[in-house]
Amino acid sequence: MADTIRVRIVADQIGQLIRSLAHRDYAIFGPAVKDGAIVYDRIEEIGDLPRGLTDHQEAGRYSLVPRQDQALFGYVLGPQSWKKYFHPARVKLFDARNDDGVFQILPNTASPARPVALLGVRACELAAIAMQDRVLQNGPYADRIYAARRAGAFLVAVQCTQSAPTCFCHSMGTGPAVAAGTADITLTEMDVASDHWFLAEAGTDRGAEVLSELSFAPATDTQCRAADEAVALARTGQRRHLDTAGLRDLLIENFEHPRWDEVARRCLVCANCTMVCPTCFCTDIEDASDVSGTHAERWRRWDSCFTTSFSYIHGGSVRTSPKARYRQWITHKLATWIDQFGTPGCVGCGRCITWCPAGIDITEEAQALRGTVNHGNTES
Amino acid sequence: MSSKTKPRIGVFKFASCDGCQLSLLDAEDHLLAVADAIEIAYFPEASRTMSKGPYDIALVEGSITTHHDAHRIQEIRRQSKKLVTIGACATSGGIQALRNWRDVDEFIRFVYASPKFISTLKLSTPIAEHVPVDFELRGCPINQYQLVELIAATVAGRRPNIPTYSVCMECKSRETVCVAIARRIACLGPVTQAGCGAICPAFDRGCFGCYGPMDSANTASISEQFRVLGQTDPQIARAFRGFNAWAWQFRKASEECDHT
Repeated sequence: MADTIRVRIVADQIGQLIRSLAHRDYAIFGPAVKDGAIVYDRIEEIGDLPRGLTDHQEAGRYSLVPRQDQALFGYVLGPQSWKKYFHPARVKLFDARNDDGVFQILPNTASPARPVALLGVRACELAAIAMQDRVLQNGPYADRIYAARRAGAFLVAVQCTQSAPTCFCHSMGTGPAVAAGTADITLTEMDVASDHWFLAEAGTDRGAEVLSELSFAPATDTQCRAADEAVALARTGQRRHLDTAGLRDLLIENFEHPRWDEVARRCLVCANCTMVCPTCFCTDIEDASDVSGTHAERWRRWDSCFTTSFSYIHGGSVRTSPKARYRQWITHKLATWIDQFGTPGCVGCGRCITWCPAGIDITEEAQALRGTVNHGNTES
Repeated sequence: MSSKTKPRIGVFKFASCDGCQLSLLDAEDHLLAVADAIEIAYFPEASRTMSKGPYDIALVEGSITTHHDAHRIQEIRRQSKKLVTIGACATSGGIQALRNWRDVDEFIRFVYASPKFISTLKLSTPIAEHVPVDFELRGCPINQYQLVELIAATVAGRRPNIPTYSVCMECKSRETVCVAIARRIACLGPVTQAGCGAICPAFDRGCFGCYGPMDSANTASISEQFRVLGQTDPQIARAFRGFNAWAWQFRKASEECDHT
């Protein structure tokens, strides 16, 4: 990739961006309104985007409200993450047939999907995709389903210029600014109330190629500075923080702690947090056979460490209490993930906070463990 | 498969609305395959043929509400290798278990012209309170795909894929936005067992709890969330007193909110 150049495009050029991606035969997905929230769905034209809407989020609360302006990406984050495209909730692994007692696995004829283009990826979500890449395709046991869907994906990032009260990406070092070269194109939406433009920057050669098909003007220093300041404002506006100093040891050393009982009183073990988490990747395998015993199928579907069956081994489940399940989840997310993959498994998107029906807050739970333990230099 | 090796199935009805038996009849796509692989030995709702036991699988619908039925279920258990309850009535006592909190004799006096002809028990109770049950298939009504899966698994000798986790897992799988959080609707989904496919939230309604408590239902926490949403204790008690009111988790939760 040659020098990155930053250009200014008017808001309508997002329509041209969508056409350019469609012309390259990408299946384009982006933000759209459904059931009172912003979800990710097929995008065919600029009119599909959630113009003039924003989201209000708190622990266990979400609402979609109109903005005073025509912003296209004027919300923060919805309930879904992009993992549904690369790591689908349900996928058939194979069919099998019983031919007079001979068991035969049939070739999986599912045609490989077109490469996707994701429009409106936030910095925390880019970090989440990178984490799932590491877990599901970059290790010694690559998941072919994930790799096939992930291959050739075109990522258009949109930097946040506002944070929800549930955001803590700055604590996790994942945002709100998009790191150079992590997306094909990075956009920053500016002056939504007046002349409404985007600062656009290519992060890859193919990003630069798509960008060159739009009408643009070189961005002035003032414009670049304004965009950087808008993103910085999203950072300084973050109310929630997760102190990552000594985080791994904090969790590991507090396997027994009164806080676990407290959170277990509230935790519904409903698994919503893991379903909305952009990095949670656990699955279960289901075999099904028909009544005649001639046809069988094997499916893979999302599972969660909050279900009883998740820890089922011969003789029963290992983690029968809600306390053990919550502790397992947060300890893996913030501590043992580091041992496995080098970083915590949390990107600070705050979805588990917003979409917990009991409003349990991962940052508060981690902090509570600190509050009552003598923990070296993190003691305030 | 020769008819000798076909598993013999009996379908038995107790206090219920017949809706779960209809789910078996409604499984049209699978019915032919089912009919070919099993012998329906006893199913008065569907066939005049009523063969005597023993049965390989007894599918039992309905709750126990009379002395006569309390004896009858014992006989069915003796005649059956596997006894499977189908639906909320058989599994938790059904909607008719609402009488368990009131005086049945008073109901009888109010409802019937000649109360002397009515002979009934004070409680509506699930089958498992009377005989050992091999599997309880939840739902009001049951899901026909789960029923076919249960029969297929029993015939094949494998464990059925009948999850005991929350309805929330199904909402997320079908990409329904959470109605409790985005619409502030009181929803029993987090404490209710999956199986219906999360129908109600997909139509902007909260879950009514038709599949009964999930395996680790934290009813105290969901009651607290209902209060946050502005529900009164009588409203919360009513929410738990649906088709699975007598399931112990829902029963306990409703009684904690019932100050009458």
